[in-house]
Amino acid sequence: MKALDVQALSKNFGGLWAIRDISLEIEEGERRAIIGPNGAGKTTLFHLISGFLFPSSGHLSLFGREVTNLQAYQRAALGMARTFQVTNLFQKLTLFENILLGVQAIKRARFCFYRRVISFREIIYETERLLKEWNLWEKKDLLLKNLSYGEQRQIEVIMALATKPRLLLLDEPTAGLSPAETALVTSIIKGLPREITTILIEHDMDVAFEIAEKITVLHFGSILAEGSLEQIKGNPKVTEIYLG
Amino acid sequence: MPSLFAALILLLPFLFSNYYVGLVIQIFIMAIFAMSLDILVGHTGLPSMGHAAYYGVAAYATGFLCLAGVKNFWFVIVFGMGLGGLTAAFFGLLAIRARGPYFMLITLALSQVLWGIAFKWRSITRGDDGIPGIGRPEIGMGIDLKPDFYFYYFTFAIFLIVLVVLFILLNSPFGHTLRGIRESESRMKALGYNVWLYKYLGFIFAGVFAGISGVLWVYYSGFVNPSYFGVDLSVKALLMLILGGSGSLFGPSIGAGIIVLLENLVSGFTERWSLVLGIVYVTVIMLFSEGISSIIKRGRN
Amino acid sequence: MAFWIIQTLNGLSFSMMLFLVAAGFTLIFGLMKIINIAHGSFYLLSAYIGLTVLRTTGSFLLATITSSIAAAVVGIAMQSLFLRRFYMKELQQVLLTFGFVLIIADICLWIWGGNPQALPKPSLFKGSIWIGNVVFPSYRLLVILVGVIIALGLWIFQEKTKFGAIVRAGVDDEEMLRGSGINIQMVFAGVFGLGALLAGIGGMMGGPFVGVFPGVDMSMLLLALVVVIIGGVGSLKGAFVGSLFVGLIDNFGKALFPELSLFTLFAPMAIILAIRPTGIFGKIEE
Repeated sequence: MKALDVQALSKNFGGLWAIRDISLEIEEGERRAIIGPNGAGKTTLFHLISGFLFPSSGHLSLFGREVTNLQAYQRAALGMARTFQVTNLFQKLTLFENILLGVQAIKRARFCFYRRVISFREIIYETERLLKEWNLWEKKDLLLKNLSYGEQRQIEVIMALATKPRLLLLDEPTAGLSPAETALVTSIIKGLPREITTILIEHDMDVAFEIAEKITVLHFGSILAEGSLEQIKGNPKVTEIYLG
Repeated sequence: MPSLFAALILLLPFLFSNYYVGLVIQIFIMAIFAMSLDILVGHTGLPSMGHAAYYGVAAYATGFLCLAGVKNFWFVIVFGMGLGGLTAAFFGLLAIRARGPYFMLITLALSQVLWGIAFKWRSITRGDDGIPGIGRPEIGMGIDLKPDFYFYYFTFAIFLIVLVVLFILLNSPFGHTLRGIRESESRMKALGYNVWLYKYLGFIFAGVFAGISGVLWVYYSGFVNPSYFGVDLSVKALLMLILGGSGSLFGPSIGAGIIVLLENLVSGFTERWSLVLGIVYVTVIMLFSEGISSIIKRGRN
Repeated sequence: MAFWIIQTLNGLSFSMMLFLVAAGFTLIFGLMKIINIAHGSFYLLSAYIGLTVLRTTGSFLLATITSSIAAAVVGIAMQSLFLRRFYMKELQQVLLTFGFVLIIADICLWIWGGNPQALPKPSLFKGSIWIGNVVFPSYRLLVILVGVIIALGLWIFQEKTKFGAIVRAGVDDEEMLRGSGINIQMVFAGVFGLGALLAGIGGMMGGPFVGVFPGVDMSMLLLALVVVIIGGVGSLKGAFVGSLFVGLIDNFGKALFPELSLFTLFAPMAIILAIRPTGIFGKIEE
């Protein structure tokens, strides 16, 4: 089954075509990277897929379901999770509270208003487990804004994973990270279970080529090329837009 | 230190005159009002400007019920809470789609229209004169609430109940969700939360609790009039949050204490108390717009 | 028949006075996102000051000029000394304006007392004139005329002058204005002062038939709020259309069902909020 099916998607902003007639198919379990120069429309495409923008025309299906007219939170409930290019976490809440909100998101208990959350053992244990798995347990009571940039980029990914997604959209997960941090995040992504279909926007070609099996190259809102690593590396049009 | 304070509150009616007892009753009621607003302002990030609407609706309901001969407190309080919640349910539908300043504008306008209606619809609301002569309610158990002495403990008990209920609500999964929304709506949406629905439910909760304070104040003061819908009440509640610290459990109560004491102090001093209060408010906002709670917190660090 | 003509003219004169108050309010909110609760206070202050000037000099024109400039000065002071410190913090700004409501209202109460007063009409317009077979106070026609002239003036200012273009751009997209290098605080002070000036003129225009009394500040604020929500925020056209609508409905409401006149305002407001939350001429937010 196709995890994501994009058909003839276009987005127009007051006369400017940010995305022009894009069609894309991503198979379940696939690792796909979307690359392209600045302004190519990569993040816009993510916003369209995740529901933060609605297309001017075209269709979207998620795991066989038509989602073109669904709101962002409804698509998330179908098993899609995303990270943001600019870290988008809950700065004035503690690390524990941050992950808790992620864990809670897929549980019916999230509407409960007559019991304190600490009485929900399952949610608390799951949050604890995630924090310990990523070696962040000692920092659980720190306010998120007091964590380093690198740690926050990591938590962006962990937050997305907390909702046990089937499709994961990662928007420049290594942006602004040091080489060591980049290596760490790259290995985290590579180590993800194969059940999670992963789409990655990356600026860093090395990271993209290391994680992905298939690459889609975007240029001026359209798909310039699509194929395996070798096909893309050897494609003169691709090298041209990066060097030219 | 806190236990000394608690003892003071518990024994106050034995130690002080009726004037002070009345003051603290006012503080309890206003604290409930401020806490209800803080659900929206401090925890959800919704700067609601017309909070007096739900307070006033419950207050007038209390007055009308009294005129109809209903004196049973439990019936009236449930009715008042329900009406406060219903009004919030209606206004929420109109206001929550808006963001920031637009939200403030709409909530303000809606509450002001209620004020205008209470003012003009003389045949029902008695207009500016209001409905006087509302006696203390009956709570059964052979307790007479007419003396302020007993009404004090009654209000204190209700205040404690509300405090505990809000503590649970604000620490429930629902409460955590509200704070997530306050921090980043987009993040919450990306996680799969129906943000609009949570805001709407929070809005209704806030209206229900505001209704409690409206009913109590009518029973305390003995009358209801359009001032219950006043802008000054809605704004005063926001000031309480700013002064006492919003987003915390006790902040709104501290702020309520400060404002009530301040108003009573100043009005005892001068006929121009409104002017003095205005100057005080402007000064306080210019100097302390973060709230005393956060200043204390920073002091500890 | 005569009833309808008179009520319509009454409504129109009320609308024009309301436009003067609402126009400033909508510009201040549209540009700076400040809900100026003290906007009705400009009306109040100006009407009282005008009353005193009128009593001492006998000139309605002089009183209007003095009082509206006084209002403008207060407005500019409010913005540049106090509100500007809380740029982008709308909650604190609103609370500040409320502090000023208390201050201005109490000073006025102190100086002029609590009895409702009506301003005497300007000597040229004390009489009535015949329209068809209806007698109508000429003063009310003056108010309509003044309102229309000022509306035209504002329209010219907004569409044809550079300052007006800046304001229009700022209402549409504040970020663009911030990045353009124009001294944004001067623009804000100017618009705040202009809004206060207009509200002040409105206070003088309304003085003879609405009167001035403690509490009129809040009544005017309420009407301005309804106008702006119906007509759309930040839009002068919206303020004009909204004022016509609210003024006429309020007037007919008061004449036909005096107790329920606020419901007749409330219903349209609720309907607009339900189907087009940004108001008839407000900009749509994405």
